[in-house]
Amino acid sequence: MKLEIQQLTLHLKQFSLEVNADLHSPRTGIFGPSGAGKTSLLESIAGLRKPETAKISLDGCLYENSEQNYSLPVRLRKIGYVPQDDSLFPHLSVRRNLLYGTNSKSEHVTFSFDHVVDFLRITPLLDRDVRSLSRGENQRIVIARALLSAPRLLLLDEPLTALDLKLKNAILEQLRFLHNEFGIPMLYVTHDHAEAIEICEEVLMLESGKITARGRPIELLA
Amino acid sequence: MWLTPAEWQIVRFTLAVCALSTAIILPLGLAVAWPLARHRWPGKLLVETLVTLPLVLPPVATGLLLLKLFSRRGGLGQFLHEHLGMDVVFTWRAVVAAAAVMSFPLLVRSARVGFQSVNQRLEQIARTLGASNARVFFTITLPLAARGIIAGIVLAFARAVGEFGATIVVAGNIPGKTTTLSLEIFETVQLGHDASAYRLLIVSALIAFGAVWCSEVLMKRSALR
Repeated sequence: MKLEIQQLTLHLKQFSLEVNADLHSPRTGIFGPSGAGKTSLLESIAGLRKPETAKISLDGCLYENSEQNYSLPVRLRKIGYVPQDDSLFPHLSVRRNLLYGTNSKSEHVTFSFDHVVDFLRITPLLDRDVRSLSRGENQRIVIARALLSAPRLLLLDEPLTALDLKLKNAILEQLRFLHNEFGIPMLYVTHDHAEAIEICEEVLMLESGKITARGRPIELLA
Repeated sequence: MWLTPAEWQIVRFTLAVCALSTAIILPLGLAVAWPLARHRWPGKLLVETLVTLPLVLPPVATGLLLLKLFSRRGGLGQFLHEHLGMDVVFTWRAVVAAAAVMSFPLLVRSARVGFQSVNQRLEQIARTLGASNARVFFTITLPLAARGIIAGIVLAFARAVGEFGATIVVAGNIPGKTTTLSLEIFETVQLGHDASAYRLLIVSALIAFGAVWCSEVLMKRSALR
């Protein structure tokens, strides 16, 4: 993976998000306290927020270039976004949620429905009503739905917040092997030391909109 | 059955023109409600005011405006007569036009609330999954706004059934041609035909009850989905 973020500036309420970073590690963490600008950074990459200035590209594909007033539409970025809040479509069944982003023309075997469903162990949930899912089940469906859209990059925004420890560890284990299984790089936002150490190969510390440190999680956070 | 053939004809005619007027304003109402709910644009306040105007104007005044607009010497009426050979004033088309204009604000207001109630985060997520704007609208926005839209359809239909003031000005009360339930109730009361007036009153109440009942059932279904 080569995610290039150059001269990204985005004015937030308390401060400006200012990021310059080239990311290569397939499992990169964005670590920082609440309100540091982590979600805004992810949303800028996904195209859900328009930064004042930025040049963002992923593996040579230009996402954003404010100098040329260019912004690749969200739907063409092929970003699997797993937000912190509930994001399943409440009027669709679990199965239809999972199939929403799948492309019937695509023959991408890696992201076959059965493979993703088996990997995340969600087969028993397929016929359930979305509103009857627990928080942990909900997040696993959201991750599966993002995977089934065959993304180039997975953005995970504190996906394990508000989960109990047992459930958190179970999903953490799945996330740790997710890159090996599907080959998708991920950007993982968290403010939890243990999560960052468990999942990430590299961590960027974000404080008040600025990257203050960068390195291996065990060195930065332990 | 206890209704006379003439009364049955009036009931059928009323239901038909009200259904038609509601069907006509539905796409237009959604097209107006959506940008009102979601965007800021120059002239928005003017459009909001114009849309609400039929609610606050005396219905007879709205009828007079429609009469001017659709008469053979009016702008739209002249165009329709010369190019399509179509007359509107004092025909069933005028009944549909009056019902449509008078019920339009209710549809727009409810649909707008429906669109505003949709969590825009879900629309963003749909886009990250590769959905085009049209697909997002038809598969996420519209179903999630369904409760407001259904309520708007029912309100608009019920308002159309009860329409009187604008209709009598622009369509008149021509038996077998433009007479609706409301006009006939007024006519029978004027003539002292109380039995007929009460029969039509009961039919009006049943239609209103049926419309609200249907909307409740549909809204419950959309909430359960």
